[in-house]
Amino acid sequence: METIGFLIDGFAVALTPYNLMFALFGAFVGTLIGCLPGLGPANGVAILIPLAFTLGLPPETAMILLTSVYAGAMYGGRISSILLNIPGDEPAMMTCLDGYPMAQQGRAADALAISAIASFAGSLIGTIGLIMLAPVLARFALTFGPAEYFALFLLAFATLGGITGKNPMKTVIAAALGIMISTVGIDISTGTQRYTGGVLELYEGIDFILAIVGLFAISELLFFVEARMGKGRRKVEVGKLTLTFKEVVSTLPTQLRGGLLGFIAGVLPGAGASLGSFISYTLEKSVLGKKGRFGEGDIRGVVAPEAGNNGAASGALVPMLTLGVPGSGTTAVLLAMLISLNITPGPLMFTQNADIVWGVIAALLIGNVLLLVLNIPMIGVFVRLLSVPPMYLLPIVTMVAFVGIYSISHSTFDLYFMIVFGVGGFILRKLDIPMVPIILGLLLGPEMEKNLGHALILSDGDWMTLWSSPLAIGLWLVAGLGLVLPTVFGPLLRQRMRSAIKEGPTSD
Amino acid sequence: MTSMSDRILGLCLLVLAVAYGWVAQQWPEPFGGAEGVGPETFPTILAVVLVGSSLYLMIKPDPDAQWPLGKSALELVISIIVLVVYALLLEPLGFIISTTLAVGTMSWRMGAPPTRAFVTGLISAIVVFGLFNYGLSLSLPTGLLGGF
Repeated sequence: METIGFLIDGFAVALTPYNLMFALFGAFVGTLIGCLPGLGPANGVAILIPLAFTLGLPPETAMILLTSVYAGAMYGGRISSILLNIPGDEPAMMTCLDGYPMAQQGRAADALAISAIASFAGSLIGTIGLIMLAPVLARFALTFGPAEYFALFLLAFATLGGITGKNPMKTVIAAALGIMISTVGIDISTGTQRYTGGVLELYEGIDFILAIVGLFAISELLFFVEARMGKGRRKVEVGKLTLTFKEVVSTLPTQLRGGLLGFIAGVLPGAGASLGSFISYTLEKSVLGKKGRFGEGDIRGVVAPEAGNNGAASGALVPMLTLGVPGSGTTAVLLAMLISLNITPGPLMFTQNADIVWGVIAALLIGNVLLLVLNIPMIGVFVRLLSVPPMYLLPIVTMVAFVGIYSISHSTFDLYFMIVFGVGGFILRKLDIPMVPIILGLLLGPEMEKNLGHALILSDGDWMTLWSSPLAIGLWLVAGLGLVLPTVFGPLLRQRMRSAIKEGPTSD
Repeated sequence: MTSMSDRILGLCLLVLAVAYGWVAQQWPEPFGGAEGVGPETFPTILAVVLVGSSLYLMIKPDPDAQWPLGKSALELVISIIVLVVYALLLEPLGFIISTTLAVGTMSWRMGAPPTRAFVTGLISAIVVFGLFNYGLSLSLPTGLLGGF
């Protein structure tokens, strides 16, 4: 098994004290980001990218840092779900259903502990899945030609809205806008200046990092200002841990099922972590049926969605690492980091940058152990930070984003640009235009154009080449389905997710 | 419920798409003659896609979102102004002063008592400045405080 050998090499990279330190730091900051409502994982990773740059971290360390933040954010999301009945991020929504009732019954500490264990199990299963599936998929992806890649990119956009997405046409608009922004600058193949208007700063194109930070961080600040939620919430008592070993063992089957389902949902395009946790919760409910007290604080109702969303988080790394096509917002931001480090994502990364890929995978495993250790004894610290009102926190987070962007180029021009993206992002989000396709468009636009060009040069300008191989036709079909299915099943699924939440005895 | 915002957005996007597509047709043919794909091919496809989807948006718009009015809108404008002024003053005033002002104003506008807001701003400014300048040896602008 050469995979084992690579994995051992990966551990050698991840276990150096320097990298270990950054993994620990990332895991801590990630949990913090995850548990603060309004600071999602994508947002948190986006703010840390400029910092990773200015620190001048070597590529593998930068990726280890950001992957740990990503894993940590997935852990953190559950804290405010359980204590406040407010999901820290979208995938943690289902954890509210049984987590909050448990907290009301005075078992908050148990809910937090068991969900940390479930997160660990889910992540572990997801990461093992990633280790087994990724090399196989990477080898398969080597057979892709430019036409197939072009179709694959389209598929990524088409399925990005997800099966629960609202209006697929708005995903198309967002993707088109993102790709259009990416065409600004000097054309790589011909040297033609496109849409620069003679502005020197635009010759190299628009830096997607400042676009991402603007779209996420600044627009998030504006949303908070609009909602006027600055005051924060009352402090919550956590209580004593009464979880027994027997209880933990009794949830093991749930953890396995949840993690596995979550992983599958994470790998598949268009599903993602939110659906992963939803599916594992509903499955658990139907498997156990009357034996459980779901919605009233059943411990398995906390375990299933947590195992599911953490499994999905690792699963979502599979398409990102092997094909260079992320399936979620956060993995898109991780891809931005890879591209800025001058690493071409995709199947070749497994041979050319094996140390980075396997270092990241090993870091994911180590990060999970760290997170489990961090999350059980240090839960009090996170709970205390949860009661820091956003009116102090958000301005500071915004300031850190400013400093990060400024320190990359030492130019205030970039700051104005970032504010423009933030305001634009706010308006577009108000209009229900999703942000993630814009970002993916920014990232994948140049690659799409390059592959289109290569395909057409190989075929001597014959456009039929784009759908000439069976594989390409298959990809086009799935992409088409990805746009059509949400209009059919989207309302249905969204309604079921909503009604599942309403069933819970929510009182707030 | 009206759906004006989507119609207006659709119209703006349509104008953008047409302008974007038109500009693409004006570029001179690249040196060495036309190949399968010129610099204008990809933008032209994008313009067509955006024209189509913006027309669809105008024909089948979603219901309007709740737009901020009155005080919320004012607060939003203030926040944006604070951000722009922060970027403007960062170099002339230096990092510590401008950050204290920016973070202080923002958290004050978000509901914190003024003194605590500006103290938070000052502390965070000093901590971040120290971290960047001495910890990471990345220089942030010192501005007015440069002489000290």
